[in-house]
Amino acid sequence: MQEISQSLSLAVALITSLDSTLLSIAGLSLRVSGIAVLAAALLALPFGAWLALARFPGRQGVIAVLNGMMGLPPVVVGLLVYLMLSRAGPLGPLGILFTPAAMMIAQALLIFPIIAALARQVIEDAWGEYREQLVSLNASRAQCMRALLWDMRFTLTTAVLAGFGRAIAEVGAVMIVGGNIDGVTRLMTTAIALETSKGDLPLALALGVVLITMVITINLAAQWVKSTAVKNHG
Amino acid sequence: MADAKILPLAVVGLGFRVGDINVLDGATFDIAPGSRNIVLGPNGAGKSVMLRLLHGLLTPTSGRVGWSNPDALAVRRAQAMVFQRPVMLRRSARENVEFALHVAGVRNVRNAADLALDRAGLMRLADRPARLCSGGEQQRIALARAWALQPEVLFLDEPTASLDPAATNAIEEAVNAMHRAGTTIIMTTHDLGQARRLADRVLFLNHGRLVEDAPAVSFFAQPTSPDAAAFIRGELLW
Ligand SMILES: Nc1ncnc2c1ncn2[C@@H]1O[C@H](COP(=O)(O)OP(=O)(O)O)[C@@H](O)[C@H]1O
Ligand SMILES: [Mg+2]
Repeated sequence: MQEISQSLSLAVALITSLDSTLLSIAGLSLRVSGIAVLAAALLALPFGAWLALARFPGRQGVIAVLNGMMGLPPVVVGLLVYLMLSRAGPLGPLGILFTPAAMMIAQALLIFPIIAALARQVIEDAWGEYREQLVSLNASRAQCMRALLWDMRFTLTTAVLAGFGRAIAEVGAVMIVGGNIDGVTRLMTTAIALETSKGDLPLALALGVVLITMVITINLAAQWVKSTAVKNHG
Repeated sequence: MADAKILPLAVVGLGFRVGDINVLDGATFDIAPGSRNIVLGPNGAGKSVMLRLLHGLLTPTSGRVGWSNPDALAVRRAQAMVFQRPVMLRRSARENVEFALHVAGVRNVRNAADLALDRAGLMRLADRPARLCSGGEQQRIALARAWALQPEVLFLDEPTASLDPAATNAIEEAVNAMHRAGTTIIMTTHDLGQARRLADRVLFLNHGRLVEDAPAVSFFAQPTSPDAAAFIRGELLW
């Protein structure tokens, strides 16, 4: 008990003094997950919209697989990306294993299905409501997709934020492809895992507090986006 | 308005069958330019289905919708439709009109949109998020949006079914204004009063059948079918 309270006060001190290790780890986490979520969203939103409007044999299967992939185990994604990027792998020549880039790729792959699946559902529901009007206006398929994505922008923002929340809190994939190298690929989650096992609880706790604060902030932001959207746009 | 006209319209044996049910059963009629055609009938008669078939939102299972222009794109572009429940994009009223104009390939959408809103008396709503407008306002915006496209033919599917008398009146006035500007009107209603106010010609539909097709004056004065006579007397048809 004594040890925990002591660790906690040390953790608070780390945070309030803006400890440089703490800041650089948190900063790298934000950067990696931020870029991963941007890249994933850029691909997943159009893909989700396309899948919502497209009709082709096997579509239900694609949707089922996509929905299933929302729950991909991060360690498995990490393993796959590791195999791709390892020296013998097809992307080995890039030489980016154990770099932040590798972690971005792993996280982007992890959250692509989340954003795409949510976008598909959201856009398909909206399509049901808008279809006849948009067809009546002679909107092309691409114009329909763009209009729907823009119309559902607030709901989709919350989907993207959900993806970001999952990315930044994930440990398995980045541990495998990043290697948790001090000052290079050490993120909040991997640092927490390491420091805890080493018995350095203050830094682990401080990072945990920062991480939880970020995740809560993301959820608050998502809620705020939704409620102001309904109020201001209907 | 498109250069090459798409009217007159010749509808021949138009049918829509779902399973064993004839939702629309072989309707044959013509639509002449400049007329106000009211498709009248009780709920479930097949009015909405017929309008969707004419507008190309549904594919007929029999018969044909014969526009007098072979160019499919010209035919599409010369029509607009106002639905029973207005569909507003999550944007301002003006941007809703601008979107329709943009899709139609109009260059200066801002001017054309403002013109359409002004004509419909809706300038005060221009910057309002369309989805926050009342049902009546949204329907008027939908009509302004259709009007902005300057269609040769305007379809309206019970546009006032869920509106109060004031909003209904505003819609009817706008429909008449569009008609005066040369637009051909094809509108459904189950409301006898509205049919009396607006119709030049009545197409009376019951149980998927085009029971009667007559000029409005003679339809209301001397309906030739027992079904239409019963409907005019206010007796429900089943
Ligand atoms: N796509 C469809 N499939 C099966 N039945 C339909 C379909 N569309 C309409 N119907 C049925 O056809 C009948 C006529 O519908 P509708 O045209 O909407 O009537 P109205 O507009 O005159 O009230 C209704 O009984 C309706 O349930
Ligand atoms: Mg109807």
